[in-house]
Amino acid sequence: MSSLMGTAALMVQSDDAAAAVEWAEHFQKNYRLMTDVEKAEARARLERRYSAEYGKKVTVDGTEAQAGVLMGYALNVRKCIGCRRCVHACVEENNQSRGTRPGEKIEWIQVLRMERGEFSKDKMNQGYPEGLGIQVGGNAYTPAGQVLEGQYHYNPEAVPEKDATYMPIACMQCEKPPCVKVCPVRTTYREADGPVVIDYNWCIGCKMCMNACPYWARRFNLTTPVLPKEEMNPVTHYLGNRPRMRGVVEKCHWCLQRTRHDRYPACVEVCPVGARKFGNLLDPESEVSKILERKNVFRLKAEFNTFPKFFYFYD
Amino acid sequence: MQQLTSFATDYTRYVLNGGAKFYAWMGSLTVLIVGMMYVFYLQNTDGLIVTGMTSQISDGLYLANLVFLVGVAAGAVTIVFPAYVYHHEGMHKVAVLGEMLAISAVIMVMVFVFAHMGRPDRLWHMIPPWGIYSFSSMLGWDVLVLNGYLILNFICGFYYLWCKYTGNPINKKWFIPLVYVAIAWALSIHTVTAFLMANNPARPMWFHSMMPIRFIATAFAAGPALIILIFLVIRKNTKFWVDDSAIKLLTTIVQFCLGIAIFLTLSEVVVELYARTEHANGLYYLMFGLHGLTGLVPWFWSSLVLMVGAFVMFFMPTFRNDFNKLQIPCVMAFAGIWIEKGMGLIVPGYIPSPIGEVTEYHPSFVEWLMVLGIWAFGFFILTILLKGAIGIMLGDIKYGGQAVAAK
Repeated sequence: MSSLMGTAALMVQSDDAAAAVEWAEHFQKNYRLMTDVEKAEARARLERRYSAEYGKKVTVDGTEAQAGVLMGYALNVRKCIGCRRCVHACVEENNQSRGTRPGEKIEWIQVLRMERGEFSKDKMNQGYPEGLGIQVGGNAYTPAGQVLEGQYHYNPEAVPEKDATYMPIACMQCEKPPCVKVCPVRTTYREADGPVVIDYNWCIGCKMCMNACPYWARRFNLTTPVLPKEEMNPVTHYLGNRPRMRGVVEKCHWCLQRTRHDRYPACVEVCPVGARKFGNLLDPESEVSKILERKNVFRLKAEFNTFPKFFYFYD
Repeated sequence: MQQLTSFATDYTRYVLNGGAKFYAWMGSLTVLIVGMMYVFYLQNTDGLIVTGMTSQISDGLYLANLVFLVGVAAGAVTIVFPAYVYHHEGMHKVAVLGEMLAISAVIMVMVFVFAHMGRPDRLWHMIPPWGIYSFSSMLGWDVLVLNGYLILNFICGFYYLWCKYTGNPINKKWFIPLVYVAIAWALSIHTVTAFLMANNPARPMWFHSMMPIRFIATAFAAGPALIILIFLVIRKNTKFWVDDSAIKLLTTIVQFCLGIAIFLTLSEVVVELYARTEHANGLYYLMFGLHGLTGLVPWFWSSLVLMVGAFVMFFMPTFRNDFNKLQIPCVMAFAGIWIEKGMGLIVPGYIPSPIGEVTEYHPSFVEWLMVLGIWAFGFFILTILLKGAIGIMLGDIKYGGQAVAAK
């Protein structure tokens, strides 16, 4: 018996520290229900594992929401030039999977490219465009071959393109998020300062939230994320950009690792035309509050009553 | 206690005692089950990337089979209801077999739950006190009602068999109320499963209040169609005789539920395609294809042909009254509904995606093997349960008597 226990002890103390850490991770509680001590333990455990895995000092932050803060986002659709720097900055900042096999590449932001001149005179006779357009003459019931309302796979030589307008989308951080309602284990929830977050260690991968989201904001890790050591961003938040595991859902969280420390999200920082604005909705002097007050503002798919905190506006 | 051990040993001995045909059947099922375990291992090492699912089409065959089999489980009530509520003689004799089918179907559903999850190792997260149970989540409710249905059918089925075995009279004081609860519960499992899909306004293909009744109608056609097939096999291969009256009543149930199902499908087609809003894109993709992508078109039309064909054939006395030909429309109805609820309902919910992207779903070999394996697992359990039940009903196994060798 004692020899068996000795063997077990040896196995536990094997050089594969990651295995032992993962074992402890398996039995941790839902992050929201942990005591402060348990939260700190969980983060320390992850820091150990990530640091060993990625060969550098990785920090896992746990800064909580501050009182008096409700994060909000506003995007100027007229300014966006479709360069997609936000998409790439987001991937780099938030440790998304960047493999090449289908299903290995994950992006949280889509910039939809919309055809300009959809209603121009020469196109009126081309039939019945799917989803858009007016029906005038022609063979009105034959699709005219338009691919999508908006297309996020596009590769121009230069942006902005003459015949296009752009509409970036990502998680809308709804005030009444349908994804939160359907989660059977309450692993995804709205934080007190606004963003809807996920405890990746508690997610069971049932994908019900992906069925519920009207904005297609959620991504599933079909396999272990492809995240090269040298590209990994070591400044992470537990509910934010820490590396995910196989089989869980992830999405935009407004760069909690930055925004909880008074920094802008990566997409806001990188936008070359200043189309993206971010701030505190409870502060009447903040840039977003001013925009909501003065500009022409709308929400995407407002009929769903999801009440996004992501607003679109135009001058 | 002694009765219980003898029940267990007699039951096991009777089930294990079989001819070459029995062992060949169980052997081939085992091969498929081993295949299923292998692909399950693949899914939980490589991840769901080995399937055809993507972030656009985040569920496919697994959820489709799950939904369909909840229907089969609920369909068992088409035997139990006439048996206990209308005291139908022929049905009463076979009611316990319906309960056995319900048990197997619910177990299959649970394996499909495991198959479609990204992290089945974390399933305990939804089971209190270790995990969290969410009353706002339809999946939570689904798990609750399915487990309840499994337990109810297990108690009702095996208590009945136990009484037959020991020769004790059935205690009707609690048994009959429990059977009534199980009947109502059968409706609940499929209704909740319909809500699981329908309560997603983000998916216009599913977002209509017709879903629960459509689910029930298709379930009460596919479930009894399978039961008829099983009864015909039992009549042929065992000494147990299923009355003609039972099969005839089931045929009527299948036909009229099938008729309602077809009616509901066509109503949906008219309502959606008359106005042809963007919300009809899923249905349009299913029926005719969208933007040149037509992956589901053959599935839809074959399903419609199978269902309408079966419905018409059930009217013909040649098929309805001839138990050598009755299998044909039953298989057609079963297959038609399997397609309609699977490839025809679950998958077009994802196409186009909520932002309008049209992608196609190509189930991988892993997925097909998993599906086959889980069905094989279900039939494996069903064979054992039915054989044991029939042994007891025939009186081949009885408390105090020697176990008689099975045919």
